Amino acid sequence: MAEVQQSGGGEEKKGKPKKQTLRVDFTPMVDMNMLLITFFMFCTTLSKPQIMDIAMPTDQKLTDEDEVKVKESKAITLILGEDNKVYYYTGMPNYSDYTTLKETDYSPEGLRKVLLERNAPIVAKMRELRQEKFEKKNRMSEEEFKTRSKEIKEDKDGQVVVIKPTSEASYKNLVDALDEMQICSIAKYAIVDMTEGDQFLLENLKSKGAYGASAAPPKN
Amino acid sequence: MGKTKVKKQSTFIDMTAMSDVTVLLLTFFMLTATFLPKEPVQVMTPQSVSEVKVPEYNVLNILIDPQGKVFLNIDKPENKKAILEKMGQDYGITFTDKQIRSFIEQTHIGVPMNRMAAFLDMPLSTQDSEIKKWGVPSDSVNDQFSRWVQHAREIGGDDMGIAIKADQSTAYPLVDKVLKSLVKMKENRYSLITSLRGMPEGV
Repeated sequence: MAEVQQSGGGEEKKGKPKKQTLRVDFTPMVDMNMLLITFFMFCTTLSKPQIMDIAMPTDQKLTDEDEVKVKESKAITLILGEDNKVYYYTGMPNYSDYTTLKETDYSPEGLRKVLLERNAPIVAKMRELRQEKFEKKNRMSEEEFKTRSKEIKEDKDGQVVVIKPTSEASYKNLVDALDEMQICSIAKYAIVDMTEGDQFLLENLKSKGAYGASAAPPKN
Repeated sequence: MGKTKVKKQSTFIDMTAMSDVTVLLLTFFMLTATFLPKEPVQVMTPQSVSEVKVPEYNVLNILIDPQGKVFLNIDKPENKKAILEKMGQDYGITFTDKQIRSFIEQTHIGVPMNRMAAFLDMPLSTQDSEIKKWGVPSDSVNDQFSRWVQHAREIGGDDMGIAIKADQSTAYPLVDKVLKSLVKMKENRYSLITSLRGMPEGV
């Protein structure tokens, strides 16, 4: 390794000049330098925080023709509740039956399982696309991957998810829900406010139908 | 049992050049490491699989602390100066050069306008402890938050991004208030800052 040679001769004993060759081994120093470089290289690139782009619907009133009609089998509404619970119902809500609102959580067996099942054909296609990218390695560019995945996700048979956070939900719940959208390859979603109907369904489920028996269901 | 005998050779490579290069590389990386801006409140952002990076520059950062206080951060210093002057015009306050410089040095905007001049006169260390108590007001009567964002948009231009950073445990209504006031200003596209987590298995 790197060395420094010094011819000695500093010490002169009586009549005996001593020549000392000093050999300093720089191996550990280069080792440390490599480690520090690797540390700095990784820290400066990985410490940049990631973002998640969202676009909110405008608050302008949409005309009837602007509102896209969605098939009942393709729509699912998520209500983000307190204590990391999430409730959901598919299609139009049925106010007379309290079991239309189901409860689940953010674990992989909960919300993700439901969404993956509902969105199964698109998830399968995305999986194929990712496999293809992995196999082609650098012959499929990022741009191409993005445009193709966008096409797959925006297929008109894809799921449409409406996310309604309650006032007891936390910010983490919202980000987790948006994250599930990305994991389950759902491109059409919107964040909107709770309506009275949703509040009714929620109360109904919690009281197991007792609320619905006493209060009148909302008309809409 | 080979007939040929392998000669023992002592390899002696002079590595001085390599240690030179490593020291140079190290110096380069140390100097180009950027420091994270000091925030009034440390937040832990929620995790997401999104791998999109924060845009490098021309970003308006909105920091929401767990109690709902809002702090703004604009990264271009010349924009900051122009925005402060515009806000000053709105509220009839003119700022001295010293105050403007103090404003640019302070990373975040988080004080109501009526306290701004007094705040900027304080030394930086006191400013840090003061700013934590205030936050930009955003109630319907005194909506300074919308004004700041509007001016930031006017000066930053259309390619300025808006990034929202909030703690995991922040109650949703506090974030919702900020989102709603942004939507009212016709700002519909923005980014939420998250930490990275790997894509889960089996998807």
